[in-house]
Amino acid sequence: MPVNPDSTTDEIREELIDTVRRFTARKITPIASDFDAADEYPAEIVAGMKDLGLFGITVPPAYGGLGLDLVTYARVVEELSYGWMSVSGFLNTHFMACFLLMEFGTPEQKTHWLPRLASGEIRAAYSLSEPDAGSDVQAIRTKAMQTGQSYEVNGTKMWLSNGLHAGLVVTLVKTADTDPRHKGMSVLLVEKPPGATHFEGLTVSKKIRKLGYRGLETVEFIFDQHSVPVANLLGGKEGHGFRQMMAAVELGRSNIAARAVGVARRAFDESIRYAQQRKAFGQVIAHHQAIAHKLADMSTKIAAARLLLYDAVQKKDRGERCDLEAGQAKLFASETCWEVVQEAMRIHGGNGYSAEYPIERLYRDAPLMIVGEGTNEIQKNVIAKRLLERHAL
Amino acid sequence: MNIVVLVKQIPDPAGPSELEDDYTLDRNCKLILDESDSYGVEIALQLRETSGGGEVTLVSMAPNKEVSGIRTALAMGAEKAILVTDDALSGADALTTAKVLAKAIERAGDYDLVIGATESTDGYVGTVPAAIAELLGLPSVTFAKKIEVQEGKIVVQRQTEAGYDLIEAPLPAMISVTAGVVEPRYPSFKGIMAAKKKPCDIIGVSDLGLDVSAGWGQEILSVEDAPARAAGEKIEDDGESYLKIVEFLENKKII
Repeated sequence: MPVNPDSTTDEIREELIDTVRRFTARKITPIASDFDAADEYPAEIVAGMKDLGLFGITVPPAYGGLGLDLVTYARVVEELSYGWMSVSGFLNTHFMACFLLMEFGTPEQKTHWLPRLASGEIRAAYSLSEPDAGSDVQAIRTKAMQTGQSYEVNGTKMWLSNGLHAGLVVTLVKTADTDPRHKGMSVLLVEKPPGATHFEGLTVSKKIRKLGYRGLETVEFIFDQHSVPVANLLGGKEGHGFRQMMAAVELGRSNIAARAVGVARRAFDESIRYAQQRKAFGQVIAHHQAIAHKLADMSTKIAAARLLLYDAVQKKDRGERCDLEAGQAKLFASETCWEVVQEAMRIHGGNGYSAEYPIERLYRDAPLMIVGEGTNEIQKNVIAKRLLERHAL
Repeated sequence: MNIVVLVKQIPDPAGPSELEDDYTLDRNCKLILDESDSYGVEIALQLRETSGGGEVTLVSMAPNKEVSGIRTALAMGAEKAILVTDDALSGADALTTAKVLAKAIERAGDYDLVIGATESTDGYVGTVPAAIAELLGLPSVTFAKKIEVQEGKIVVQRQTEAGYDLIEAPLPAMISVTAGVVEPRYPSFKGIMAAKKKPCDIIGVSDLGLDVSAGWGQEILSVEDAPARAAGEKIEDDGESYLKIVEFLENKKII
C-alpha cells in the first residue's frame, strides 16, 4: 500500500495517536454506554471522526488522503475501541473498501471514488456474507448477470455493517457458475443514497438486534433486479472478486485484532483502578493475591496480543503477505480480549454485572471479535494451512 | 486580520512535577500547550476565518527550544510561531516575561489583536497580558468571553460575577480570554502533519535587543503545599435536607 514517507515518523504518529486518545476521552467514552443502551447511531462522533480526517488516513495524498501506514491505522482503531468498540466499526468497512479501490480499482474508479471516501463525504460498507454463507464465502448465491451496460443483481446479503449510512457498498457477487466456484466471483461497487431503505431494486432491512456492537447498524440487503452499471465492476474484469475480497479480509482481521487490544486495554485499566479502590477483608482487593495474579495475566496477554498485531501490520506495510500473521493476531487478540473481559467481570464482582460500570458493555462487545471477520475456528484453519505450506516436506 | 496569540508551553499538569532549587517549576521535560491558551488559539482562528484573511502568529517563551506545545497550536491552524528560548530566562518573573513577549510581538510584524489567556495553568500569576498591554501601549481588555470585530474596533463581552460588561476598544488591542468560553478544535490529522512544516522562528533575548543579565526583582522564598481539603458537612436526610442544600448553594452564590 502506498505510504507517505514524510508522514509516518514516530514523532508524528505519536501526535496523531495522542489526538485520537483525547478525542476518545472527551467525545466517545462519556456517551458510549448511553448510546449502546439505546442502540443509537452516534452521528456526532462520526462527524468528529470526519473532521479529524480519519476516513482518509490510508488513502494516498494524490486522492485527498494522508497515505499513513497500517501501524498508525491499527493504533487509531485501538484507541477508538478503548472508548467504544462500535466506533472502530465505522472505519473498518470504509477502510477495506478504500483498500480494494486503491489496490484493484481502474484509474477512473479511483478518481471517481477515493477523494469522496477520503474526505468522509461518503462512507463505505463491505459485503460478503449471506444467510447461508459466512466463513464459507464461496457458497454465496447472489448473482449479477450482465445485460447491456449494466448488471442485474439478485440475492440477499447479510451482516452489512454500516449498510444503511453507506453511500458505497463493495459487494461480492457471482457473475458466472464456474468450477472452482471462486473463479466466477466479482466485486461490484454498489452505489446508493446514504440512509435510504429502498433504492430502485435494493431494499435495506431494519437493523439486526445484536448482543453488543450497538450504535453501528448491521443490516440485510435484498437485491431484486437491482441494476449496477458495468463501469462499477471493480478493476473492470470479472472473475477476480474472491481474490480481491480475501486481500481485504487480511486487513479486516488486523482491524479486529486492534479492536480486541483496545477493548482488553480498557477492561484492564478499569480493573486495576477498581482493584485499588474496592476494599474487602480490610484491604484493597488488589492486595489479595487472587486478584493480583489476574491483573498480571491480563496485562501480559494484552502486551503479547499487541505485539502480534503490530508484527502483522508492519509486514503488510513492508508489502509482504501477512495472512498468517493477521490470522494469528486476530485469533490471539480476540481470545485474549474475551479472557480479559471475563476476568474484569470477576474483579468487579456485582458491580461488573451492573450497567453503572462499563464492564458489562465490554463483556457484550468482546465476542464479536471471536466470531466476526472469520470465526476463530476458521482462523485456525487459515493459520494451519499457511503453516503447512511454509513447512511442506 | 492579523492576530498574535500568546501560548505557554508547560509541563503536563497530569504528570508529576518537580521544583528547581529556586522553587520555580522544573521545565526540563516535554512541555505541552497550556490548555488555557487553547481557547485563545480557537478564538483567534475563528476571528481570522470570519474576517476572511490574515494570519495567526503564536508567540511563546520556553526553555530548550521546546516546540511541542507550539506544534499543537500550529496543527489547530495557526500560520507561524516565534519562540524565545534562552538559558538566561530560566526562572524569569512575570514582568520580565511580559517584556520579552512584548518584544517578540513587535517582531511578529503588523497585528490587529493580541490574545492571551487570563492566567497560565502552572504559574497562575495572571499579570502578563496587562503588563504587555502597558509595554506596547495597547488598550487592555480582560476576562473576555466573546469578541466581535467591527470597523477598526472590538466589542468584547467581559465576564463578571453577575454576567458580563460590554466593552469597546480600538484596534490594535490586548485581550485576555477566560478559559472554557469556546470549544477548542481538535487538530485534524492533516493539520498535525502540516504543522511540522510551518515556520517557527526560534530566537534568544539578544535577538530582541534585550539584556536580562541584571536579573529580576522577584525571588521565591518558599513553597508550601496547599492545605488539605477539610471534611465536608454531612447532612442527614430528614425529609427536608434539600432546604439545607439550597441554603448552602445560595450562600456560595451558586444559585
